[in-house]
Amino acid sequence: MRLSSRQTRAIGFGALGVLSLAVLWEGYKLLGPAEGISIGETVLLPRTTELAMPHVWDSVARAFQPASSASDELVIVAVAQAAASTLGIAGVGMLLGAVVGVLLALLMQRFLLADRAVLPWLILSQTVPLIALAPLVVAWGGRLQLGPFEWERWMSVAVIASYLAFFPVAIGTLRGLRSPEQAHLDLFRAQGAGWWKTLRYLRLPAAVPHLLAALRLGTATAIIGTVVAEVSTGARGGIGRLIVEYAQSGSSDPAKAWAPIAGAVVLGLVAAGAVALAGLLLHNYRRAEAR
Amino acid sequence: MQRNAATPGRSKRRRTLLAAAAAAASVILAACSPGAAPSESEPGAEGSDELTPITLQLQWFAQGQFAGYYAALDQGFYEDAGLDVTIAEGGADIVPQTAVASGSADFAIAWVPKALASREQGAMITDVAQIFQRSGTLQVSFADAGIDSVADLEGKNVGSWGFGNEFELFAALTEAGLDPMSDVTLVQQAFDMSGLLSGDIDAAQAMTYNEYAQLLESVDPDTGELYTAEDFSVLDWNDVGTAMLQDAIWTASDRLEDPEFQATTVAFIKASIQGWMYARDNPEGTAQIVVDAGSQLGASHQQWMVNETNRLVWPAEGGIGLIDEAAWDQTVEIAMNTANQDGATVLTAEPDEGAWTNEYVQQALDELEAEGVDVFGADYAPIEVELQEGGQ
Repeated sequence: MRLSSRQTRAIGFGALGVLSLAVLWEGYKLLGPAEGISIGETVLLPRTTELAMPHVWDSVARAFQPASSASDELVIVAVAQAAASTLGIAGVGMLLGAVVGVLLALLMQRFLLADRAVLPWLILSQTVPLIALAPLVVAWGGRLQLGPFEWERWMSVAVIASYLAFFPVAIGTLRGLRSPEQAHLDLFRAQGAGWWKTLRYLRLPAAVPHLLAALRLGTATAIIGTVVAEVSTGARGGIGRLIVEYAQSGSSDPAKAWAPIAGAVVLGLVAAGAVALAGLLLHNYRRAEAR
Repeated sequence: MQRNAATPGRSKRRRTLLAAAAAAASVILAACSPGAAPSESEPGAEGSDELTPITLQLQWFAQGQFAGYYAALDQGFYEDAGLDVTIAEGGADIVPQTAVASGSADFAIAWVPKALASREQGAMITDVAQIFQRSGTLQVSFADAGIDSVADLEGKNVGSWGFGNEFELFAALTEAGLDPMSDVTLVQQAFDMSGLLSGDIDAAQAMTYNEYAQLLESVDPDTGELYTAEDFSVLDWNDVGTAMLQDAIWTASDRLEDPEFQATTVAFIKASIQGWMYARDNPEGTAQIVVDAGSQLGASHQQWMVNETNRLVWPAEGGIGLIDEAAWDQTVEIAMNTANQDGATVLTAEPDEGAWTNEYVQQALDELEAEGVDVFGADYAPIEVELQEGGQ
């Protein structure tokens, strides 16, 4: 455990970050005007009433009470389960998006024609709004049935997540594959190395730092895509739907509505942590990142 | 030379890699199945051979608003009718009438004006049973704001959800001699009641079965106790006379030409009606069925919702589900003649004959009456539901 002191410090700073957010929240709640701050009709800072900003400790205490009187399940347990479900779906979406993204990058690196033909479509694909896409994917999936295989709602969500995640991966990987210096490429060429060998020993190792950055971006978009698509399609079990369901009691039980939002934040941190872990495993290839 | 020699091996390895990746992906897809539905229909599975698979698309998540369908599923009414029904929940961007028109669902629950608007845009669907006889939309204000009639809305901040939920309000304003554009300030309303409670909105839209209950579940900061009905003043569009028809069962028009699907439609309506009769006679048990179906709403809120939904369904003068022509005409009239803030009406022309039919619901009602059950609920009386803080 060579890095342990550095890790401790990192965890310490992380905790400090969370704590300072809570202090900021409570500080504004204490000092800010009850009606918030607005210029004309435009609200700049929110109200500080119990309805708009419940105390942090109230929200935390609410998280350890049963979600509803109909069951004994604690709010925090429900949130954790939902977060795990969302993480699983986002993981599937991310995997799908990463595979498609890397394949597209390889294609575009290999064939200039593909680069010219595909890249505009990639950019175009990201301008399609999610709310237009979601019903299409659901409707398309609803009619899909291959033998015993039945399309389920969560698969639509994973597809939507992958649709958002593949783009940064494709662009980042392509950039990485093109990052080796010309001198290195010339050397490989002079040695008679083919495309595959150049890829295997030069381009892919050089692409790792770019790929990791792209994966970080892709993971974040996959999580956001999953949460939004869950709201959009009403897929059951995930954090997105829980946010909407708890928000329904936003005016009568305001402390409860914050639990799934906090859950979504933790979810993002866990996902980012997973990518960081992958980065540790690949640290041999990450010299360029130190610059 | 080297390149050529290496080619076959290269592509072979690449293929293996691809196959491995595909296999890994499919394993993960199969393993991570968080929402494994308990009601999965397996074609060819024993016992389900004779059942007709049917998908019902709802407008929103499982909740008391759809109590009758969940009761019919839970009590086996659908199964007895030879149907294997899957209830598909809605979401923010799921449009039930489109799901029916595109074939991904067999039946859908949708509000009449919204469904008619979709029909005008080409989604050929038909209202085959009008489950809600009354409108559940209210405009709620604090009693001390003095908004006791539509005319009192003049000069007030009036909340509206938009997206087609505003037309009853706009028709009422127009009828009261107010210009919705200039005589009131329209405020886009969120899907909870904090706008009214914090004073941004003077009169907020609320469904009797949901948002109105949210108000009664909230603590009045002045007294430290829950708000009561006396704290609020309510405009009910049914009393004002600008109510529009809401939850109805819709299906694809062209499929109704098939005699086999006609029989399925009658069977589906009949079993759904049985579900709604069960909800009428067992409101407590039905609330539990909806909770078991996965609704996250609190117990007292759920009970309230089932009870208020029952009040929109029962009593049913012509029999539950029968489309009342006068109410239909009023809905169409408002949909054609009331413009919203963008100047748009719901409909530009009167819908044709194919938009609704009482043929199938009448058959279902006749069959049920022959069985000696009460499809009118003339002496229906709602139960008393006491809401708890936060709907618990």
